[in-house]
Amino acid sequence: MPPLAQRNLFHDKVRLAVTLTGIVFAVVLIVVELGLFVGFTVTTSGLIDHSGADLWITSKNVPYVEQGVAFSERKLNQVRAVPGVADAQKIIAHWTQWKRHDGSQESVQIVGINVDDSLERPWNLVQGNVQHLKDPDAIILDELYKQKLGVARVGEVFEIGGYRARVVGFTRGIRSFTTSPYVFTSFKNAQDFTNMREDQTLFIVVKLAPGANLEQVRRDLLAHVKDVDVLTSAAFSHMTRFYWMFTTGAGVAVLIAALLGLVVGFVVVAQTIYATTMDHIREYGTLKAMGAPNSYVYKVIMKQAAISAVIGYVLGMIVSVFVVHASQKGGAAIMLPAPMAVGMFFLTLTMCIGAALVSINKVTRIDPAMVFKG
Amino acid sequence: MQSAIRVRELTKKYDEGTSGTLALRGVDLDVRPGELLMLMGPSGSGKTTLLSIMGCILTATSGSVRIAGMEVVGLREKELPALRLAHIGFVFQGFNLFPTLTAGENVELMLDLKGISAAKAKRRAHELLEQVGLGEKYASFPADLSGGQKQRVAIARALAGDPGIILADEPTAALDSHTGRTVMEMMSELAHQRGRAVVIVTHDSRVLHFADRMVKIEDGAIATENEPRVVPPGLLAQNFSQAGLIPTEPHGKF
Repeated sequence: MPPLAQRNLFHDKVRLAVTLTGIVFAVVLIVVELGLFVGFTVTTSGLIDHSGADLWITSKNVPYVEQGVAFSERKLNQVRAVPGVADAQKIIAHWTQWKRHDGSQESVQIVGINVDDSLERPWNLVQGNVQHLKDPDAIILDELYKQKLGVARVGEVFEIGGYRARVVGFTRGIRSFTTSPYVFTSFKNAQDFTNMREDQTLFIVVKLAPGANLEQVRRDLLAHVKDVDVLTSAAFSHMTRFYWMFTTGAGVAVLIAALLGLVVGFVVVAQTIYATTMDHIREYGTLKAMGAPNSYVYKVIMKQAAISAVIGYVLGMIVSVFVVHASQKGGAAIMLPAPMAVGMFFLTLTMCIGAALVSINKVTRIDPAMVFKG
Repeated sequence: MQSAIRVRELTKKYDEGTSGTLALRGVDLDVRPGELLMLMGPSGSGKTTLLSIMGCILTATSGSVRIAGMEVVGLREKELPALRLAHIGFVFQGFNLFPTLTAGENVELMLDLKGISAAKAKRRAHELLEQVGLGEKYASFPADLSGGQKQRVAIARALAGDPGIILADEPTAALDSHTGRTVMEMMSELAHQRGRAVVIVTHDSRVLHFADRMVKIEDGAIATENEPRVVPPGLLAQNFSQAGLIPTEPHGKF
């Protein structure tokens, strides 16, 4: 086929620029919003997903990880006695207050762990050593929140829940979905910081023995440990994500913004492709008079839409990658996983092809006899 | 000899219903291969409607139209493009070239519609442009061509489909005398040397001497028709002049 679609598309450069701007705008908006959604979703369940545990034991009806209810730590021994359990540790994840040097207070989320164990250790440590958390007042927090918490360097001392806290290290990229940064510390310190009784814990995390059946162990734990829920990490992660993203409405708002991006992109592309089609309507009439079937004319319009989609997608993704990269230094990470990038291509293509259908509808109705009129 | 186009009792009514306009009423017409026929008549007489129906781009209300022996009245709309592609080439008053394609690509487009491969289409487009004297303009865009050159490209494009019938709507109206004559000589050659049935709608009195036959349409019916080649072409204009079809003092001829 002679390059009619390409030539028509590139003939009017201003219109092409408008079309591409619309597509790029839509791509960037959708990527940012969906990327925020993915980033938020991953962040909400970060503690669970990085815990290394297979099962989480909570009080009855705990809806998400931030809403743990204390229970007796003596259940830890009952848990360890269940066949198939290789390791079990007490975990605290609870809000408390951080006092800055200037006297102002910030909410933080204390994560209390067994420092000698491999479960729920702070990840992406860039300064300090987890073993330093054994010190009675030691804490590790993420460098993203230095400014928020008024922290400049390792060794600084603050006050958490009325207790002395000394910064011994920093992680990188451990975000909190809420405005309360995670502060890692030993289980004992966490009890102090959160004013929890010494014989209580909020969660018990379980690592299974090699070859143990996850569901079987979960059932055995439910049978042997009273008044608790036993959740797989995947299930607890899902519950937590669902709570934050949908029960609170945060995720829905982000998804609606992404949908708006799609709608705006669709309208802009549909309008510009329609205008281009109308500019060339006599040519399409000539094509039909010459004997071209409708399908031939559709191909020309579809090709224009597809070319616009490919160029717009590439430009949009270039901009998006910069935005995603820039977001890594902020509190809200925009994530762009490969499947999303691939999905965006097909979404962009679908958007442009869909937008072209408006023009195709018009072309279908062209009366080829128009070629004899004037 | 079988007619390339055979029209019988043809009527066309626009806006069907009691208040519709009857554009054609009982038209009978035959166009033979190798004949150059001119349709004339005042604006709104129905000549373009007749051309459109013979070109299978407008459907008749009643009657019969046979193109290369095939009845087309009653065919479904989606069957018509293939018929046009197989048998009919169009030449338009406004050339109707694709402005974003080169002259060669305009011709190739027709060949592409016929399903000819790109390489063959390129060669054939070169040949056709050579035939209309525009071999060196293959890569030129329509905007860079004169009116006459554009019309010659349009003729090359029409020929690309190798049609038995050429329908032309005012092909010389936008051209100067010299260029118009060149175009008409080509049309004449298509009919007389290559055996195509050529039908031209025209108001241009300068081209009448090229006609083998002239048909005057008035109020949707054939008002005057002279016999093909019964008089020398030069006398045709005189006959039609006496019939009031063209001015008694023509502005000249090509």
